Amino acid sequence: MGYGTLVFSILAGVAKILFMILGFLMPVASILTWLERRQSSMMQDRLGPNRANIGPFKAWGITHFLADALKFMFKEDFVPPMAHKFLFMWAPVMAMAPALIVAAIVPFGPPLCWGQLLETGAACNQPVPLQIAHLDIGLLFYFAIASLSVYGATLAGWASHNKWAMMGGLRASSQMMSYEVTMGMAVLGSFLVYGTLEPGAINDFQTSFLNFDNWRASWGIFSQPVGFLLFLTAAIAETKRTPFDIPEGEPEIIGYFVEYSGLRFGLFFLGEFLEIVTSSAIMITLFFGGWHWGSFIDGFLFSHLPNVLFVVAMFTLWAIKVFIFCAFQLLIRWSLPRFRSDQLMQLGWQRLLPLSIANVVGTAIIILWAQL
Amino acid sequence: MAIGVKVVTRPGSLSQQLYLPAIAEGMGVTFKHFVKNFFGNLVGMRKKTDIQTIEYPEETKKYPARHRGLHRLMLREDGQTRCVACMMCPTVCPAHCITIVPEEAPDGSIEKRPKIFEIDELRCVVCGLCAEACPCDAIRMDTLEHAKPVYRRTDAILDREELLSRGAKSVAVQGGVGAFWREKVAAVPQTQPDAAVLPAGPPAGPTPVATFQRAKLDQESDQTPIKG
Repeated sequence: MGYGTLVFSILAGVAKILFMILGFLMPVASILTWLERRQSSMMQDRLGPNRANIGPFKAWGITHFLADALKFMFKEDFVPPMAHKFLFMWAPVMAMAPALIVAAIVPFGPPLCWGQLLETGAACNQPVPLQIAHLDIGLLFYFAIASLSVYGATLAGWASHNKWAMMGGLRASSQMMSYEVTMGMAVLGSFLVYGTLEPGAINDFQTSFLNFDNWRASWGIFSQPVGFLLFLTAAIAETKRTPFDIPEGEPEIIGYFVEYSGLRFGLFFLGEFLEIVTSSAIMITLFFGGWHWGSFIDGFLFSHLPNVLFVVAMFTLWAIKVFIFCAFQLLIRWSLPRFRSDQLMQLGWQRLLPLSIANVVGTAIIILWAQL
Repeated sequence: MAIGVKVVTRPGSLSQQLYLPAIAEGMGVTFKHFVKNFFGNLVGMRKKTDIQTIEYPEETKKYPARHRGLHRLMLREDGQTRCVACMMCPTVCPAHCITIVPEEAPDGSIEKRPKIFEIDELRCVVCGLCAEACPCDAIRMDTLEHAKPVYRRTDAILDREELLSRGAKSVAVQGGVGAFWREKVAAVPQTQPDAAVLPAGPPAGPTPVATFQRAKLDQESDQTPIKG
């Protein structure tokens, strides 16, 4: 029996990993590469890439991401002669892998009741939680892995043997280290509210949209509005996108991937969009109820659909939520101008960090005082 | 003396220092554009959106009426070329792209007509001086067409037949009547030209000189770039 359970959990884990990477993260990140160009052009009164098609299948040019991938594959993969070959080869992987690993802690749907897939509203005998890794240190794991992606940028900058790449790598490392502090402090407020770091547990708290009787049950944005703003700012800084894109800074230094071409550049490119997706997913888990859509929608779907359809419906709704957040990050990226390097540091250390500490202290005082 | 440091104070209210109100305002602007363009484009109401893109192969921009395009040679009312081979246009042409070889006109009212009229569209700088210099309204640049892409440089040389093929009948008065020509022309009774009296048109196909020039240029362009 114990052996069977072990095999079952391993198989379920592999299935979840494959589904998450191949079924959600990669497609969404790929489509975001096209969506960013299309959305930005719509914002700037242009049309954007709308030509790519497979025969009669055009769909507003959505297949541009396939065309891009093909182009990356057939381009010359140039390695500068003075570059550190080994690090130059592995830096893109270092930049992209953390974004994929981080997705392991995100709960993306209600538990699947194995053996009761067609029963409606049943209590589960053998629940399969839709979260790849159930880690009690959850959010700490997120910070540990997300901060690894700084190695990708820094090593790429160093290994390229190029001044501009080096500058980009240095800027990336200083920026990401600065904003990790704020990010951790912002999440500390949520930790105080929920008393746990496990994303699945935080997700399970937020069952209703806005609950005045038990405010832990409402979405995290209502208990931690300042924490959300801080986390959002820090998360954008971590993904190195405008207004915090000085490590890339196309008009001035191109950035740490200046020497990369072909599929290796594609990895950096895709990794950036993967980071958007995973940071959106984490943000939703912490502040926007995870896969919950308020007690009414959840309860209605739960009591009217068989378990498997309920799970599919809730996953779809969660995916829509993630997608909205990705689109929101793209909207920010195409609306705001870039910070200067010193302004970035000033904002990070002199504004956001004190604010996040004040947020933590304030949250703690309120919880203590009100005995919530 | 050391360089002085001037501290510029930036007056700003709290809301300005918070960035957030300005950010929200800016994102509101971009989002408004996005919604208008996205949904307008989705329901097929491109005209109502702000989108400025012209999708080129399907849509083309309309040129203004005074756009200088490919040359053409205008025709008289009887279908003959209006050009009297006065050599104004090759004289004024700054790029020396017009070649005219005149011949005697069989029609007694006009002394000369072009035997060869060639324009090298690759050398043409599209200045429009030829059309301006022409006293007979014989050469115009109002076709609104580009110079066509060609595989060989010699193919960009337009001969008389090609220039005439775009031509149209011009009603401008011709023939050196001089000042007050409107009154003078009105006084002369208009007669219909008799088809039997009029000379035959120019021979079809490239004239011998044009063929010779083309062959020579073909030879050159295959080997050496054209010298500036």
